[in-house]
Amino acid sequence: MTDYTKQIHRCFRCGYCKFPSDYSDFNCPSYARFRFDTYSTSGRLWLIYAWLKGEIEWSEHLAEILYSCTTCKNCVEQCPMKFSSDIVDWIVAARSDMMEKEKGRIPPRVTSFLEDVYRLGNPLKERGKRDAWANGIKRYQPGDEYLFYVGCLGSYDEFGRRMARSVARLLSEAGISFGILGNDENCCGNEVYLLGEKELFQVLAERNIQKFKELGVKKVVTLSPHAYNAMKNNYPLVSNAYFEVSHYTQLLCGLLRENKIRPSRNKIKVTYHDPCFLGRYNKIYGEPREVLQSIPGIELLEMERNRENSFCCGGGSGNFVTDLLGGSEESPSRIRVREAYETGADILAVACPSCMTMLQDAVKVENLESKLAVKDISQVVAESL
Amino acid sequence: MLQLNFDPAKCIACKTQDCLVKCQYLRLDKDKAKTEMQKIINGEDSFVLHDCVTCYACEEYCKMGNHPFYLIVERQEGKGILPAPRSIATMWINQCEPRGRFTVGKVKERALSFCFIPIFPLWATGKLFDGIASSYIMGEEFFCNAVFLHYAKMSVIKDRLPKVIENIAKLGIKELICLHDECYGTFNSLAPAYGMKVPFKTTHYFEYLYEKLKELKDEIKPLNVKLAYQRPCSNRLSPKTQHFVDDIFNLIGAHRVKREYVGENALCCAEVIRMGQGYKIADDVQKRNLEDMVKAGAEYCVFNCPMCYLSIGDKVSKRGLKPIHIIDLCKMAIGEKTAPGV
Amino acid sequence: MIDIYNLLAEIVGEQHVSNHKEERYFYGCDPGLTPPHEPDYVVMPETTEEVQQIVKLANKEKIPIVPKGGGLALTGLVIPQKGGIVIDMKRMGKILEVNEKSRYVVVEGGVTHGMLQNYLKKHHPKLRHSIPDSPAISTVVGNAVIHGQGRLTQQYGFNSDMVSGLEVVLPTGEICRIGSHSISSQHWFSKGAPWPDLSGLFLGWFGTTGIITKLGLRLYPCKKMRDVMVFLTDKIELVPDIILKLTHTEMTEDIVVNEQPLPPRMKGNIYILIIITGDSDEELDFKRKIIWDALWDIFESRDGGFLSVPADMKPPLLEMPSRDVVRFADVRKGGGFEYSGPIIPLEKYPEFITKQKELVSKYNLSYSATSRVIAGGHCMMYAFAFTFNRADPDEMDRIRKALREAAEFTVEQGGMMWKPTIEEQKMIIERMDPNTLKIMKKIKELLDPNGIMNPGNWEA
Ligand SMILES: Cc1cc2nc3c(=O)[nH]c(=O)nc-3n(C[C@H](O)[C@H](O)[C@H](O)COP(=O)(O)OP(=O)(O)OC[C@H]3O[C@@H](n4cnc5c(N)ncnc54)[C@H](O)[C@@H]3O)c2cc1C
Ligand code: SF4
Ligand code: SF4
Ligand code: SF4
Repeated sequence: MTDYTKQIHRCFRCGYCKFPSDYSDFNCPSYARFRFDTYSTSGRLWLIYAWLKGEIEWSEHLAEILYSCTTCKNCVEQCPMKFSSDIVDWIVAARSDMMEKEKGRIPPRVTSFLEDVYRLGNPLKERGKRDAWANGIKRYQPGDEYLFYVGCLGSYDEFGRRMARSVARLLSEAGISFGILGNDENCCGNEVYLLGEKELFQVLAERNIQKFKELGVKKVVTLSPHAYNAMKNNYPLVSNAYFEVSHYTQLLCGLLRENKIRPSRNKIKVTYHDPCFLGRYNKIYGEPREVLQSIPGIELLEMERNRENSFCCGGGSGNFVTDLLGGSEESPSRIRVREAYETGADILAVACPSCMTMLQDAVKVENLESKLAVKDISQVVAESL
Repeated sequence: MLQLNFDPAKCIACKTQDCLVKCQYLRLDKDKAKTEMQKIINGEDSFVLHDCVTCYACEEYCKMGNHPFYLIVERQEGKGILPAPRSIATMWINQCEPRGRFTVGKVKERALSFCFIPIFPLWATGKLFDGIASSYIMGEEFFCNAVFLHYAKMSVIKDRLPKVIENIAKLGIKELICLHDECYGTFNSLAPAYGMKVPFKTTHYFEYLYEKLKELKDEIKPLNVKLAYQRPCSNRLSPKTQHFVDDIFNLIGAHRVKREYVGENALCCAEVIRMGQGYKIADDVQKRNLEDMVKAGAEYCVFNCPMCYLSIGDKVSKRGLKPIHIIDLCKMAIGEKTAPGV
Repeated sequence: MIDIYNLLAEIVGEQHVSNHKEERYFYGCDPGLTPPHEPDYVVMPETTEEVQQIVKLANKEKIPIVPKGGGLALTGLVIPQKGGIVIDMKRMGKILEVNEKSRYVVVEGGVTHGMLQNYLKKHHPKLRHSIPDSPAISTVVGNAVIHGQGRLTQQYGFNSDMVSGLEVVLPTGEICRIGSHSISSQHWFSKGAPWPDLSGLFLGWFGTTGIITKLGLRLYPCKKMRDVMVFLTDKIELVPDIILKLTHTEMTEDIVVNEQPLPPRMKGNIYILIIITGDSDEELDFKRKIIWDALWDIFESRDGGFLSVPADMKPPLLEMPSRDVVRFADVRKGGGFEYSGPIIPLEKYPEFITKQKELVSKYNLSYSATSRVIAGGHCMMYAFAFTFNRADPDEMDRIRKALREAAEFTVEQGGMMWKPTIEEQKMIIERMDPNTLKIMKKIKELLDPNGIMNPGNWEA
């Protein structure tokens, strides 16, 4: 990447990045939540530039503004300028820079996120027992086709664990040979990277890659799009060790195409929430939908904002833990479940454990629990077997 | 100064005067054609110079190896006769002006020419271009410049084309596969007509596709569709490439419909005519052309030139035919996804 | 000392007020060239009543107020010259009513053009509004307040001419209804006529006479198809005549005249974009022919011609708003442009182009000149647009000088500066008929006795 300090003033603050492509609503989650222009992309870019020029000083408020960006890449998708693809990289670079220059003055919740990952290998304040969810699912052994990488939420979060089990069940039933890392698994580092802690990311990535090497892993399938993204796009910057990585929805899609999984009729109405790290980051829009549509009788209802225009649940960049966007009717996850409910669907399907926790919480707060069930794609498939 | 190889003696000896007699836009009998051609040769004014729609066809009609169209263009320019409004020519001249921007892939001895047409990189993908897609040249510095034939600007061609040839040669390219029909015509007709040496081999992409398809024979699923072919003006400069259209169609199991406007009698896309002569002639040409395709029962209109495709693709669809470029057609035949639509 | 922050927080809720440096910094500048000046507070009301309370508080405490929509006027109109409170209107984002029969919409004071466009497309596909090429975040009200122009301006006049009623919070705190709905709250079809048109007390005043909290806007038929024709000429002096011939056909939607040196294909010609609409291919075809015929003599003389526009070139030309317009801000890789956009008599076009080229070479600038024909051709908006690199203060300074000269030239030529900077407003005031100025002063004093509203603007 070109030095962000030489580029960041190029933002014209035209505000296209606040919207989806059809202008139906505000689509930068932190702008939608806070509504001061400072919390939009241009706000951040102009403030970073002001900080670089010494026109404003570091403050907690500035840190909050910077870290409430979920790195969802809506701005990257929408900004009409030539530099658009670099925007999130600039924000991340500025976070790194500030972490160095303004030691210790990042939002406390971000600090503890990073410390926890550093100390415990996960941001959820859990110790060890990374395989407690697994219920007998076997460890990866050389020769297994896939390493199933479940990540922190899959290991510890109540909903994440259910997702992990459901994916594991489908893989077993389809006769896939796979195993997990259990206690040897480490945080993927995706959020750490985006929060600007590049050194810690390096350590985490190296550890995981080392483990893969030791075990001779050739193919990794991830539960989380975040891990998928880190391994696909950021690990190659750390090491040139080659392994193939896919997200579980891609794998399921293949298995369904080959008839190794055969869902039976299930008359349900489902809407699908594109996670940023699968969608905008990796342009995977088709496979998850194909998986759902392979269930006979299913009706797939699209939310107004979908695919490239999907509205982030607000969980990216560590916010599924730090929750800097929480606490309001306009919190992105709450806006999103209301949008999902409006489609008339009974099920809000997700493909990401972060989206899962964010949206599970939101349906509760919005009192939609009985009307809209949040399930991950593998669960929807499993229930149709 | 580059001189056009034109032999007046051939015209005097000529028995047919085909160049002007066969013209689809001007009505001349043999005698009239002879007189007007002589005027043109002599540098006198002729109505032909004013009414020519610049369809390139007379280059093909002349079987004596003379270059009636190039001569017309020279004379138009000499007399300041404008086949199109000045502003249109200016636009082309400025748009295509070389400015040291060499868009070059990982060029090998065998390379693709994308001309100055940004859509080609999107098309030149998949198995048909395996191993060569990244070896390409594109942009102003490699632009054939033949378009200026439409604007009486032979001087621009004479100025820019030798440098283009040099630019290509300098890259060490031994064989250039021209994806734009017009480039091929330029290197094989226009350049030699002015004695320009082209120190590399040029291959028409038809031939390239044909050979590739033969290699991929096992993957071809016969398309079994009825096709009309839209022959572009530029193909008048290389009529010998025409057989490849049928060869390719045969390989992929497609049927070419019988048309009135075919071969020498083909009608061009007429968008250049629109800019130069106005909508009346252009609308008439397009109407006749499309009706002919419909009448012949074609399902697809297959394009050779991407500019024709972009210009009349919409109109073709409105008449119920599917517009498709021949590269995409070949991809379809081997079960590949066609390029992002236009 | 009273605690303004807490009083504002009581009105709009703590989440919607800020006196942090960061908000003050950001709301203290705009994307143009006006030097920044920070507000003390930024608030984001959601209802008319909240606006009313803020205004009452400010009026009592004599604190300046600046209403802000998208903040995209570019000429510093939302920069709080005397500090005080910036009211970001965008939380007032509800579209209240569409009357399909009388063809109007009623929007709140912070509704963006983007959202209105989307709403109509979804719920009233047969209706459209006059979309300007300002980014989608610009507001309907902000645009009307500066007499903006949009895609339907050639046909129906300034976007402000399309206003069909207002609800305004006066600087002294009263809520005032302007237009047909002043006597019948359900009807928003006229902003004044046939009675005294009081909307003139607010439109064009840059927020110095009140805050518009609701606005009625005329809607127009939305035809099923749009197409673009491009006419090129290298003879600047022909442009007024070409426009006359085009508007004579009464068949065009928008007419935009472009002159710019980049990209290279645009060099040396004037590009006239002609948009046509229709409900069928036949209708479009018919219009195309009429338009060709209108310019046939120029075509035959070879002084101008229509470009055959390939399919892939059309979408950006038809896009509303045109994202290409903002890309101009990145030409110098520096995130900035500003334009002075005088409204000029049609026949003066050649003089303005000549002037702009003179300024470009004098100050060594990157430019574009985009003009939009207004209301069938009585006048046009001529944009002296210059793009700059925000990190290059010298270039910014040269543009300031060029714009200053452009403004002087405009006044000399009898043009009217559009959305003038404060400096340009002073230039206007100096030359204005003293009696006209007197009326303006009286109005201002009457409505805003404490001078709290967007101070610095329209001040004699
Ligand atoms: C790339 C670009 C292209 C543009 N193209 C066009 C174009 O095609 N046509 C066009 O007309 N303009 C154009 N503009 C200029 C301008 O952006 C638009 O006119 C825009 O609609 C202004 O709206 P805004 O919400 O940004 O207004 P702001 O800049 O926020 O406000 C404009 C003025 O209105 C006042 N104001 C705002 N809200 C209220 C309110 N509720 N009550 C009272 N006063 C209020 C403000 O104080 C200010 O004085 C363009 C600008 C850019 C950057
Ligand atoms: S990031 Fe891009 S879209 Fe957003 S305000 Fe800046 S220039 Fe405009
Ligand atoms: S990445 Fe998402 S949250 Fe961050 S500025 Fe861009 S749109 Fe907003
Ligand atoms: S140009 Fe060819 S066809 Fe025409 S008169 Fe001469 S020889 Fe005959």
